[in-house]
Amino acid sequence: MRKYIYMDNSATTPVKVEVLEEMLPYFNEKYGNPSSIYSLGGQSKIAVDKARKRVANAFGANPKEIFFTSGGSEADNWAIKGVAFANKSKGNHIITSKIEHHAILHTCEYLERQGFKITYLDVDEYGTVDIEQLKDSITDETILISIMFANNEIGTIQPIKEIGRIAKEKGIYFHTDAVQAIGNVKIDVKELNIDLLSLSAHKFYGPKGIGALYIRQGVKMHNLIEGGAQERNKRAGTENVPAIVGLGKAIELAYENFDEHNAKLESLRNRLVSKVMDNISYVRLNGHPTNRLPGNANFCFRFIEGESLLLSLDMVGVAGSSGSACTSGSLDPSHVLLAIGLPHEIAHGSLRLSLGDFNTEEEVDYVVEKLVEIVNRLRVMSPLYENVKGEEKCTQKK
Amino acid sequence: MYSEKVMDHFRNPRNVGEIPNADGIGEVGNPKCGDIMKMYLKIEDGVIVDVKFKTFGCGSAIASSSMATEMVKGKTIEEAMSVTNKAVAEALDGLPPVKMHCSVLAEQAIKAALLDYSKKNNVHIEGLEKFNPEEDPHDHEIEE
Repeated sequence: MRKYIYMDNSATTPVKVEVLEEMLPYFNEKYGNPSSIYSLGGQSKIAVDKARKRVANAFGANPKEIFFTSGGSEADNWAIKGVAFANKSKGNHIITSKIEHHAILHTCEYLERQGFKITYLDVDEYGTVDIEQLKDSITDETILISIMFANNEIGTIQPIKEIGRIAKEKGIYFHTDAVQAIGNVKIDVKELNIDLLSLSAHKFYGPKGIGALYIRQGVKMHNLIEGGAQERNKRAGTENVPAIVGLGKAIELAYENFDEHNAKLESLRNRLVSKVMDNISYVRLNGHPTNRLPGNANFCFRFIEGESLLLSLDMVGVAGSSGSACTSGSLDPSHVLLAIGLPHEIAHGSLRLSLGDFNTEEEVDYVVEKLVEIVNRLRVMSPLYENVKGEEKCTQKK
Repeated sequence: MYSEKVMDHFRNPRNVGEIPNADGIGEVGNPKCGDIMKMYLKIEDGVIVDVKFKTFGCGSAIASSSMATEMVKGKTIEEAMSVTNKAVAEALDGLPPVKMHCSVLAEQAIKAALLDYSKKNNVHIEGLEKFNPEEDPHDHEIEE
């Protein structure tokens, strides 16, 4: 049995050995509470402060602007609710996009029920937000723009610099969910005029259950979690010290040898995409052709359904993910694939393979070889495929 | 998530394909919802002598169609009419609650093929009077 091939790095990543090693002492040797005044507590406080510096350094922030959270979802919730409730006197309008993570979308829906007005921007066929629509949507009531840095499903990177410039010009706060981008894209929050940024450690080889929100100094916002003086009175709860240490180490590693590492990932991804496109018919690459996360590949295979594709891949030892309804427990396929204009029946046949540091060329070749067999097997079984079998390949709808 | 039986029928589906000159063909489901089942029946003297299927759908949709074909093969029309979605799901050692509609589709596919047969051959099949192949299994009151 060959080793399991993990190509779902956008879902989560394994903790790197170097990260784990730095974390371990903080479980049972240096276990003090950072708020305690004795030296055992002091050790923990030093570790937390070091991690805070490492996070700040990764994207040009000041350590005072980094607040640890339980992960990306909490950071997103805090950013949106915190700004909305603290700036109510200024306005009640928030602009976001249709392809955000549910941590943003569901939070916005919650705010709608509280009387806020939300504009959900459209995206084009590649998943890029419509800048003109953004400009037209801004009113005197607009208090926040929240646009993700890069999409988790199709990998498209948004025009963050332009959005930041527009937000700054209009005096509107700008939040970006950078959960997928951190570790994969170089980010400078000052240069990009980002006021708030969410991140999560387990997307870049850190532990699960830890993330951070960058809050630019001076941003007016409310707390989400009350109950203690931790995180400069902004986020209560005893710090998850080992996880914070892991986050610090992981983010530092992610930006060491960044260019070399990124180029390797991108070339591996390009190999995967071109092999799939060359060897399988009626396939479509979702997301922007070039302006996308280096490890992300997202395909739609027509006439077949994503869950059976995932089960078949799992049977040959490959892990991926799909935006098919059947994998989400709802009847609708991914909101992202629908937003880029795909009809339901095509969106059901989606497959996301997200590559990471541990994938190899051999793995890519093996996966493509198996995909060809699986897609063919499922198509032979599909009643939708019958009608097109006779058609010339050149008439295929891309 | 799935029982070993479901995985077995997904890995090695029985009776996949088409029957040329089938006596009854039924197609149910909707590509929008991500599942379509097409059932082909060969019927001689009131007995289903052969059955084949094609399915676009998730693992449990494929397994449910495969199991349903096994349950009606060699059976009389009356016996095939008594195959319920519950029986299909039970034969698969159960389906997750969100996947029960797949077994409903399988039952409907058999009935739709029998309806086609009854219309083509002008024979009455007891129990098909109220059957509507267009009915959406996702709205169905599903018995678990």
